Amino acid sequence: MRIITVDDSSTMRRIIKNTLKKIGYGDDILEAENGREALDILSTKDVDIIITDWNMPIMDGLTFVKRIRSDSKYDDTPIIMVTTEAAKEDIIAALQSGVNNYVVKPFTPDVLKDKIETVLGLKD
Amino acid sequence: MAGLNVEWINPFIEATYSIIETVSTIKIEMCKPLKIKEENVTGYDVSGIIGITGEAVGSIALSFHRKTALKIVSDFTGEEVMGIDNDTMDAIGELTNLIAGRAKKIFSEKNIRIKISIPNIILGKGHTINAKKNIPSIEIPFKSEEGNFAILVSLKSNSEQT
Repeated sequence: MRIITVDDSSTMRRIIKNTLKKIGYGDDILEAENGREALDILSTKDVDIIITDWNMPIMDGLTFVKRIRSDSKYDDTPIIMVTTEAAKEDIIAALQSGVNNYVVKPFTPDVLKDKIETVLGLKD
Repeated sequence: MAGLNVEWINPFIEATYSIIETVSTIKIEMCKPLKIKEENVTGYDVSGIIGITGEAVGSIALSFHRKTALKIVSDFTGEEVMGIDNDTMDAIGELTNLIAGRAKKIFSEKNIRIKISIPNIILGKGHTINAKKNIPSIEIPFKSEEGNFAILVSLKSNSEQT
């Protein structure tokens, strides 16, 4: 399974990568610093899950998600947003833009595992 | 110029306790008295700063002594950090982001809407943090067994006259 993690913080990308390895999803991880860079990578590589931050320079997470959801190629690609934006209206905005699930930073490995298994349809 | 209302400060104190004690093993304790800053020259080694806009305007800074920064960043990343390099500074920026994001959620529960910027980092002993003119600032120090750190809140209601 290939996962792309999109975050402008190298620390968060490292924490997410280490967490994915710990929970059994760390075999093939791509990284991007913002939505624009992620779109460039996705133009040449397929992924099974997208994990993205919200607040990023150049192209933020919400714009990135909207761009992804406007392309039918990604209709079945789950998107998990991992962000500090935890206000109720932020979560609603993210879900309306096409995010499948939402993780508030800081998170535990169990929380990320639960969200991944939910978007993959491995949980009820 | 109006002083900083406790209603503006408490969400940042609550967020600092919550985030630092979640990502790190250290126990922290807020120190008193809180110092009103006339000029924002810190006695710390490194600071993360995030701008705030919306119904309140200003900034939040998270400032560490070197030793405290290394301990908290090591706990946060799960990797032992030996010095303040680009990765350490990025982690301090992300910690500032986590605190500002948690405070934003607390504000939203009080029907106060704010937006937070992407963090910037300042490195250097005795560095200066510039708050916007006419925005009151307060330094809230915390102590821990791994040394002291502080948050510097500079904030006012967007509806206040300056």
